[in-house]
Amino acid sequence: MAIDVTKFHQTFFEESLEGLELMESGLLELEVGADNNEAINQIFRAAHSIKGGAGTFGFTAVTEFTHLLETILDRRRSGQAEVTQEAVDVLLESIDVLREMLSATRDGSELDPAEVVGVQARLQELVDSDLPAGGAAPVPSPAVPTPTSAVDAGSGDAVSGAALGTWRVTFKPQPHLFRTGNDPVRILGELAELGAYTVVADTSALPALADLDVESCYTAWTVELEGPTEQSAIEQVFEWVEDDAEITITRLDTPAVPAADPEAETAPSEPAAGADADGPAAAPTDTERRTGGERRQAEAAHGPATATTTSIRVDIEKIDTLINMVGELVITQSMLQELAQGNAIDLEKLQEGLADLERNTRELQGSVMQIRMLPISFSFNRLPRLVRDLSGKLGKKVELKIHGETTELDKTVMEKIGDPLVHLIRNALDHGLETPEVRVANGKPETGRITLDAYHEGGNIVIEIADDGAGLNTQRIVAKARERGLVGEDDQLTERQIHDLIFHPGFSTAETISDVSGRGVGMDVVKRNIVDLGGVIEVESAAGKGSRFRIRLPLTLAILDGQVVRVRDQVFIVPLVSIVESILFDPSLTSSLARGAGVYRHREAAIPVIDLSESFGIPPAAETADTPPLLVVVEAEGTRAGILVDDLLAQQQIVIKSLKTNFRAVPGLSGATILGDGTVAMILDVNSVLGLYRQTL
Amino acid sequence: MSTITTEFMGTAADAGLSTDQYLTFLLGQEEYGVDILRVQEIKGWERATEIPNTPDYIRGVMNLRGTVIPIVDLRRRFDLAAADYTNTTVVIVLRIEGDTGTRTMGFVVDAVSDVYNVAAENVQPAPDFGARVNTQFIKGLAAVDEKMVILLDIDRLIGLDTVFSTFDGIADISHHNVPNSSPEETE
Repeated sequence: MAIDVTKFHQTFFEESLEGLELMESGLLELEVGADNNEAINQIFRAAHSIKGGAGTFGFTAVTEFTHLLETILDRRRSGQAEVTQEAVDVLLESIDVLREMLSATRDGSELDPAEVVGVQARLQELVDSDLPAGGAAPVPSPAVPTPTSAVDAGSGDAVSGAALGTWRVTFKPQPHLFRTGNDPVRILGELAELGAYTVVADTSALPALADLDVESCYTAWTVELEGPTEQSAIEQVFEWVEDDAEITITRLDTPAVPAADPEAETAPSEPAAGADADGPAAAPTDTERRTGGERRQAEAAHGPATATTTSIRVDIEKIDTLINMVGELVITQSMLQELAQGNAIDLEKLQEGLADLERNTRELQGSVMQIRMLPISFSFNRLPRLVRDLSGKLGKKVELKIHGETTELDKTVMEKIGDPLVHLIRNALDHGLETPEVRVANGKPETGRITLDAYHEGGNIVIEIADDGAGLNTQRIVAKARERGLVGEDDQLTERQIHDLIFHPGFSTAETISDVSGRGVGMDVVKRNIVDLGGVIEVESAAGKGSRFRIRLPLTLAILDGQVVRVRDQVFIVPLVSIVESILFDPSLTSSLARGAGVYRHREAAIPVIDLSESFGIPPAAETADTPPLLVVVEAEGTRAGILVDDLLAQQQIVIKSLKTNFRAVPGLSGATILGDGTVAMILDVNSVLGLYRQTL
Repeated sequence: MSTITTEFMGTAADAGLSTDQYLTFLLGQEEYGVDILRVQEIKGWERATEIPNTPDYIRGVMNLRGTVIPIVDLRRRFDLAAADYTNTTVVIVLRIEGDTGTRTMGFVVDAVSDVYNVAAENVQPAPDFGARVNTQFIKGLAAVDEKMVILLDIDRLIGLDTVFSTFDGIADISHHNVPNSSPEETE
């Protein structure tokens, strides 16, 4: 094979993971005992394409695993077996395993074999229990794979313990076989590789020449095969056509003593060996042995170790809009060019043209940004599963309502908002909602309700997570805060201040630490993640009625609203979200502390004054400042500070350019941007500027 | 453009002509050469935006058609006496290959000089000055028209410089004392 299949791997993994998501949401919709035909069909199709893809690329373990899934689904699709709660549970678990198998195969890392074998055994159990004793299986189910073959993603299993045997295989394709792109001759040829064989063609169904449809298959074959092979190896040959043909495989002799014979490796497993050698899977080390969650965290911390290309699926409509815009831009450009070639330049027309150009550019920028936008359902989709699992574990009854899942959000923001969302939902379930008994006692419906809502507001996206549980227990929060010394004994706090305490690091009021939550590492991390994205999180709560978390995020990370400021002769951008207010600097309100650290009295609070020319070592400008300095009051992670600037210039949208691309990260800066006049200006990272300031003290 | 040139040069090399082309530039009296395939463009000096808390040989960043590229003053980098920027002062934009990928950077030099074909046999290794002078980023010395051209290994010059390698966001500001050498001393 001259085609390098590895280049399709990325697509396969992406599609498969998408398929898994489809399967998961489909499974969650299944109702026990009801008529679920359409839903099962959908799940089945997704499983089938994963299996097909895995087979093509030789990820044998994945193929085997999905084959079991498919068998189970097929029986339920055809009504041979019932959809039971147990079946759904096992299927959901198997999806988790499959997801891990796929990512392990992709990253070339190892996964916990025990888990795979365990779930696979349970699937097999389910397959077996479906059938009454002695009943014939409509789809031949493979023997329980040995543990090694289950984990060893990408290497054939036919090798182990293959013994000499005699088999009779009947292969009766359906007429449409050719149209599926399958060639019986190739299949028979593959069988021939398994051992000595004789084949008899049954042409009895062949019609008269006049009636013959050349695109239909009328022939059936009976093959007698003698060779060192196993049933699974023969099944593999028919893997692609098993849905389009009647296949029976019977053993004619009694099984002999197994004898290992590596020659028996079948054709379909060959690409597997190739894929194995290509990927880093060849030498997995112990350090790579991590659970999926840990690995994800590790990736988040260090960035992906290997240069994985991420891709995005774009709605064709968006592309068309983009093409239209570019078309308009070209027209405007040629119009301007024509204007410039005229003898006398018509100023009015020129201005008109430039206005058009500006509009075109702005629209073009908007549409390009649109490409990165994905509906937030990508993030929301994993939540029903979470709610289902957790409510079972906690013994609570919950109904999850999701609104606005088509609201669009930048892909990068989306990737980073997933974990905070999971955290908030988990908290709502664990801390927010009461147990059914308590709810009934309090005169509330037994089933709690969690609402998830997303909508656009201005240039932001707002995500709301609300529950109708007990609400925040303000007394307990205050008591806890006093105990930890976060709040003085006599301090009187407003409702809002109390609510904000839950975002304090290490703060948890849960009486027992469960594996769901209560360790107090949570809300502060949630808040930090959101702040890192340039967003805000607020909480509203009413005792006995429930709480509502509101997350406000910028739509994209590529653009921010910035205030352009001048410090001496240099220009910086301060992100607008960080600015509380800008005031005239009144020297009489400052007091100097040790080592030149200044403190400014601002609205009853003392805030540090940061002189950027000191932090950044900016030399004094040639001419002395003719304007009195201004103080830009900024806030980061709850800390306020004033930044001394000489002038406030424009407020504008800033396209963020990374300094890391060609240089490296610079403390105090989150990047650079190009201003209207073509010069580069640095964007301040307020949080990091505060850090720098503390360092220099 | 550059890919086409690369291919062309590739075939020339295959044909057994082990000649490399170098763009040379001046710093004071010395002539230095860089692999011409790395040169993206040569542009006049414009004021760069300073990056706070970086060594003084990092002049700042410049806008290269929408890309923000750092500008290195090679005179200052080599500890040569500072010179005023004149109208021959140019920025040579080079492609740098490193462990972390390809970067684009600009280098301020006194003037661009010439393009030479240098045969491999005409390149001598840089003399070993021991620990006193770091010659790691000198690819070799080439004799061209009875002149000596110092051929720079630009990837190593950048790669060995810790200023460019602190990527963790919490850069250590004390990294300003980079192991320095002045090729001037090679005379």
